[in-house]
Amino acid sequence: MNRFLRKLTLLFDRARFRGDLADEIRFHREQVEQELIAGGMKPDDARFAAARRFGNVTRIKERSHEVVGFSFETVAQDLGFALRQLRKNPGFAVTAISILALGMGVSVSIFGFVDAALLQPLPYAEPNRLMSVDEQSAVFPRSNLSYQDYLDWKRFNRSFSSLDVYGGTGFLLRTASGSEPVPAAKVSDGFFRTLGVHPMLGRDFAPGESKPGGARIVILSYGTWQKRFSGRRDVVGQTVTLTDEAYTVVGVLPREFAFAPRGNAELWVPILDLSECEQRRSCHNLDGVGRLRYGVTVQAATADVKAIAAQLEKQYPGSNLGQGATVAPLAEIVIGDVRPILLTLLGGAGLLLLIACVNVASLLLVRSESRKREVAVRGALGATRARLVRQFLTEGLLLAAAGSVAGCAIAGWLMRLLTQVVPKDIAPRVPFLSTVGMNAHTAFFAGAIGLVSVGVLSLTPILRLSFLQINEGLAEGARGTAGRLWRRLGANLVVVELAIAMVLLAGAGLLGQSFYKLLHVERGFDSSHLATVQVMAPDNLYREDARKTGLYREMERRIAALPGVQSVGLATNLPVQCNCNTDWIRIVGKPFHGEHNEVNERDISPGYFPTLKARLVKGRFFNDADLKSTPQVVVINETLARKYFPGEDPIGQKIGNGDLKADSIREVVGVVADVREGALDADLWPAEYEALNQQLDTYFAVAVRTEQDERTLLPVLVSTLRQIDPHLGIHDEITMADQIDASQSALLHRYSTWLVGGFALMALVLSVVGLYGVIAYSVSQRTREIGVRMALGAQRGAVYRLVMGEASRLIAFGIVAGLCGAVGAAMLMRKILFGVQAWDAATLASVAVILAGAALLASFIPAHRAASVNPTEALRAE
Amino acid sequence: MLILKTLTRAPLHGYGIALSIKRLSDDVLTVEEGSLYPALQRLLLQGWVSAEWKMTETNRRARFYKLTTAGRKQLGIELSQFEQMIAAIGRVLSDAQEA
Repeated sequence: MNRFLRKLTLLFDRARFRGDLADEIRFHREQVEQELIAGGMKPDDARFAAARRFGNVTRIKERSHEVVGFSFETVAQDLGFALRQLRKNPGFAVTAISILALGMGVSVSIFGFVDAALLQPLPYAEPNRLMSVDEQSAVFPRSNLSYQDYLDWKRFNRSFSSLDVYGGTGFLLRTASGSEPVPAAKVSDGFFRTLGVHPMLGRDFAPGESKPGGARIVILSYGTWQKRFSGRRDVVGQTVTLTDEAYTVVGVLPREFAFAPRGNAELWVPILDLSECEQRRSCHNLDGVGRLRYGVTVQAATADVKAIAAQLEKQYPGSNLGQGATVAPLAEIVIGDVRPILLTLLGGAGLLLLIACVNVASLLLVRSESRKREVAVRGALGATRARLVRQFLTEGLLLAAAGSVAGCAIAGWLMRLLTQVVPKDIAPRVPFLSTVGMNAHTAFFAGAIGLVSVGVLSLTPILRLSFLQINEGLAEGARGTAGRLWRRLGANLVVVELAIAMVLLAGAGLLGQSFYKLLHVERGFDSSHLATVQVMAPDNLYREDARKTGLYREMERRIAALPGVQSVGLATNLPVQCNCNTDWIRIVGKPFHGEHNEVNERDISPGYFPTLKARLVKGRFFNDADLKSTPQVVVINETLARKYFPGEDPIGQKIGNGDLKADSIREVVGVVADVREGALDADLWPAEYEALNQQLDTYFAVAVRTEQDERTLLPVLVSTLRQIDPHLGIHDEITMADQIDASQSALLHRYSTWLVGGFALMALVLSVVGLYGVIAYSVSQRTREIGVRMALGAQRGAVYRLVMGEASRLIAFGIVAGLCGAVGAAMLMRKILFGVQAWDAATLASVAVILAGAALLASFIPAHRAASVNPTEALRAE
Repeated sequence: MLILKTLTRAPLHGYGIALSIKRLSDDVLTVEEGSLYPALQRLLLQGWVSAEWKMTETNRRARFYKLTTAGRKQLGIELSQFEQMIAAIGRVLSDAQEA
């Protein structure tokens, strides 16, 4: 212990230690000198004799030093040496560190997203017990839950300690600038207790508060509380007017609360009086969330609910035939579609990291080649193998540490950038975005990658040198034969790099192509020059049919009069939204066994199809004569015609609801070419279009075709609608083109295409640079050989052939290996491809051509250099 | 051991230690300067000697090494070990002569 302390004090007082030692030795030598002079020697001779007796003073000092030094001081020496090495060769250091940082930054940031989405638990109490509980039918693997069915499920199930429902709704909130529609959610009263969330202010809904005729109460989301109530704590107990009804605020949700399926809900209200839909067992408008009892598995719960659903099928065949049940962890529903995409991206980032490591490793190989002499000299001077290995380890550590720090900085920046490019109205539906960032998980991941890179960076030169005999290293400088082993190893590494680049390029090519296909999928309408806006007319002001038709007509008249506007149409749902708002139909006069013929149902104004420029196939579109007072009419799309009227003329046929009630019967008057109602990558569904003038909805969208820039029309559109009636809720004014761009399928495809494309580009550059390095190195090592060949009469063409032949072999191997990998990788990401096969030959071929072209170009430079070798110079350089 | 022994009488500087060992052994043992100083550092580190800068009789500054209590104890241990060793060697040698 004492010993350690003394060493420690000496460590900090190293200068004095050296001074003392030097003084002491000088004194000693002088004494010896005097002794010799006293013995009769001349002073000069005496000095030399004394010096001789002492031998190597520095060595004495060094040995004294070793006695008191710590072993880590040699580590510090190694570190200092490593730093000098890197500073002497900044090009190498900068290249290696930036390649590493790039690879690390990309993979750590993608991991950050994967972690936030797939690894971190949902922010609820014991989230693994939370299940999404829903119905299931032939066309929907997971469909909404009907309120009546929910009541039975809640009563009869034995698997859930609590089962609750939620659904979307909306209110008109009176603000200074008029009425503003506010998205909201309605829930059964135990909803927040099931999630295990407590309001940060006020109270939760109490059991029993969700009942017909119950008190109107509301819980605010944190964001709304801040934005609309400026975070006042006395808001609890106050009354707010929502769509002309008074609600009492009872609580405020905590800041970190997020519920992705209703991500944009600003207000939460209990389900009170049942809507018309909620009273019908056949109308599905809610979703269930349940908390599993302890010890109950997902399978057991599924079987339990399925049994109840089967019972209900027997009991209520009219509404429940074919209605099954599905139970799945809530996390799966929340994360949804992004899982395969995130995993693809993580795979891409991993490949990029691999290529970066391989690249740095081959850089190190080249360098260790040129440092062979140095190592051999150090070995000859007595450096042990362990010490040499430690030197390389230190250098690897230094590089990896610098790369990791830079990589983490890049990762932090990338994560911020990537979360920011997500559009604002999508963000609430992607709840994990807020948790993306540097945290324990990402730091651990970064650390692990850092360790691996230390391994790669230090093991490569160590392995390389352990094959090397010291005397060989010393001698080789004289003879200059290119290290065959290195060439083989370096070449193998380049093949790996090229193969990986090929995989990434093919992936990017396929994704790019499916993105292109997605954007150019047949939509059935012209999406350019279309401005759209959502309108919500307050029900209490627009109760009478005449008021509603008056509103439609007034809106169409005023908007059509705006400059540049060509036509106006109204519809309950705009295209490219979702295959949703469906209806069950039954064809009059066809066999029917209670099956659910699910079709999209939209109510549209006469001007809607002409405004979309949808194509009429047969019959007619609606006109102003189709009114509540006239017989009900319907326009169907081609898919519906094909499916339900195969080989027949659908015009004049009659469609009704399952029970064929007289007021549900409508006559087909026209067939429209398929308009894509669902997402771009979703299948076309049968669709029926009913007349808005006969259905009289109060919540609909306005589509306006203009000859000018549709974006400039949006504010004019909003102000015109406000002039018509300030009580109208007006929101989501957006051009059709922007809307399609921001649709989830387009977004996901765009992000993955850009990201994988970026990865592929980096991989292309890295691998081509790697190939260039290998060929250039091999040429520089063989300058003499080439000189001899040329002196012996080899033509320049032969030299080109020599170098390019070597390069082509590597490229061919790389591309063939890459092709196999690419098809394999594409099979894995088949799920996110759209309209492209995994083995799409055109993509693979063009990618291979690009890679080969770039690689050949890169190897042409050293080939050219080799061919312009002047034989006399090359030989003289010996 | 030898260094420690020379220091039992009085504190000495490095040169003094070398000289003293040489003299006491009648020029048979000479301590190489090359090993003297590292050895002294080791002793210092073990805490068996302490060092101090003082003036010599010739009025020159020199580092004087002094035996510490721990050093005296260590000398005792080493001496007894050495004696055991000599005795053992002696026994082996005398046995060899008898044979």
